[in-house]
Amino acid sequence: MDAMDIVVCVKYVPDSTADRRFEADGTVDRAGVDGLLSELDEYAVEQALQLKEKDAGASTVTVLTVGPERATDAIRKALQMGADKAVHVVDEAIAGSDAVATSLVLANAVEKLGAWDVLICGMASTDGSMGVVPVMVAERLGVPAVTLGSEVEVDGSTVRIRRDGDVATETVEATLPAVVSVTDQSGEARYPSFKGIMAAKKKPLETWSLADLGVDAELVGLSAAWTEVQQTEARPPRTAGQVVADEDGSGAAALVEFLASKKFI
Amino acid sequence: MSEVLVLVDSNSLADGKITKPTLELLTIARRLGEPSAVYIGDPSGSGEAPAETLAAYGAQKIYVIDDTDVSDYLVAPKAEALAQLVEKTSPAAVLIPSGGEGKEIAGRLAVKTGSGLITDAVDVQPGPDGTAVTTQSVFAGGYTVQARVTRGTPIITVKPNSATPEQAPGAGTLEDFPVTISEAAKAAKVTASEPRKATGRPELTEAAIVVSGGRGTGGDFSEVEAFADVLGAAVGASRAAVDSGWMPHAFQVGQTGKTVSPQLYVAGGISGAIQHRAGMQTSKTIVAVNKDEDAPIFELVDFGVVGDLHSVLRAATEKVTERKG
Repeated sequence: MDAMDIVVCVKYVPDSTADRRFEADGTVDRAGVDGLLSELDEYAVEQALQLKEKDAGASTVTVLTVGPERATDAIRKALQMGADKAVHVVDEAIAGSDAVATSLVLANAVEKLGAWDVLICGMASTDGSMGVVPVMVAERLGVPAVTLGSEVEVDGSTVRIRRDGDVATETVEATLPAVVSVTDQSGEARYPSFKGIMAAKKKPLETWSLADLGVDAELVGLSAAWTEVQQTEARPPRTAGQVVADEDGSGAAALVEFLASKKFI
Repeated sequence: MSEVLVLVDSNSLADGKITKPTLELLTIARRLGEPSAVYIGDPSGSGEAPAETLAAYGAQKIYVIDDTDVSDYLVAPKAEALAQLVEKTSPAAVLIPSGGEGKEIAGRLAVKTGSGLITDAVDVQPGPDGTAVTTQSVFAGGYTVQARVTRGTPIITVKPNSATPEQAPGAGTLEDFPVTISEAAKAAKVTASEPRKATGRPELTEAAIVVSGGRGTGGDFSEVEAFADVLGAAVGASRAAVDSGWMPHAFQVGQTGKTVSPQLYVAGGISGAIQHRAGMQTSKTIVAVNKDEDAPIFELVDFGVVGDLHSVLRAATEKVTERKG
């Protein structure tokens, strides 16, 4: 396998185990909640590193993110895991962008990177959870997308994935360059080693603005979003119901009584 | 009244038997305009009379895209075909079933047509000016969000169980729609496919009752499955159970698996981590059986049993069977 230029798109998201909230303008509160590299993107970084390892490290893995200043935390984690270099697109005008605008910025950044072979993404972010950015980027770049892979291999100029769908397990392939998205079934993501943490400090990190990409600031951000959030409302917490201890089979009897009272039986 | 395009879901196309999610979309489409179904394939090619079903649930028109360039490939040609149909009909909205394929078609369609996209709607209603206002459940079910598309054609993917299908006879006029598919759209293809064995149980995301098992099963799903069968339920699994190789990923309920919102959700041996809650928190009634009385799942339940899931579910299955006589 020839050495490849692999790009991994990652997102900096509010910690999904924290108490996530919205701002008054309907955007996600990204300041008041601790952020990190989206867990689902760790799998993408892992698959990129595994592709690199299969060609004895000849390939280059570039991490690409679009996000606020603090998104460098997500980049750093990916570099610590073993990526070679990173690009951070940061511009105040981007805040509040929807998926359509985000894909525009990503696609322009990928084009500015120059030649590339494989663009790997996670299956979705853990905040917006739309799962559409990978195909939107492919659409804009005019390249094929093979998505939701639980196994990825590159064979010459072909990328092949296994996709475990609802009705079938499929093998899907496309010719490079191509966009690939991977699921959390693709293999556990590695933890950064101490060596990796130290090495990451010296790895190249470029910061690009919208002007660097030649993207018109009018096309991105909250005011240019093609969707509008009208209202956000916290779901009232579920009130805990009755919990009984099972003693000599009493649990099953009580459970069946409950289900019958709710007309499920 | 404007047309509202409804993409018939691919499970319906497999055998021509129109599934519930498509009927739900037709029902929602009627709130926004005149439903037009989009059928990829040949609706007269199956014994199930799909066109009659679509008409019975309100389809005024049925656009037939019968072209192997579309049906033999992945999502890109379907998005191209829909974009051509959007250009021709200027619909009030495009409704697409939410799922891996549906969301990808929608994403590509949004970019192609310069339209806003909303995914995973759990409700769609006409706003004051008649345009679609969607409801989504976000942040692991912790928030509901009302939103609308402000540019182009509203493209909305809708989750199963978001409406009750209602019959309302439509004309169901068949109209062949010829499409032109680019070579680029055919660049990704399925080269092998191994069908999953049918379980005979309801589809997980559509089921009225779901019984799931987690780490606490220890890999033995027999009691979970038996309880599901006596209730006529679908079987689900937590990520821990899937990661352990006990159940295929298609059964996973949670953030990276299926989101379910059944009338009744039974969690057996599932602790209730945020990853799992994201997939089941909006269920109407939640019941859990778990050995650990401190398991977070008990914060969500309407009814919980602290005990061994194997013995509790086995005994409960027997009792339900007795009641049924």
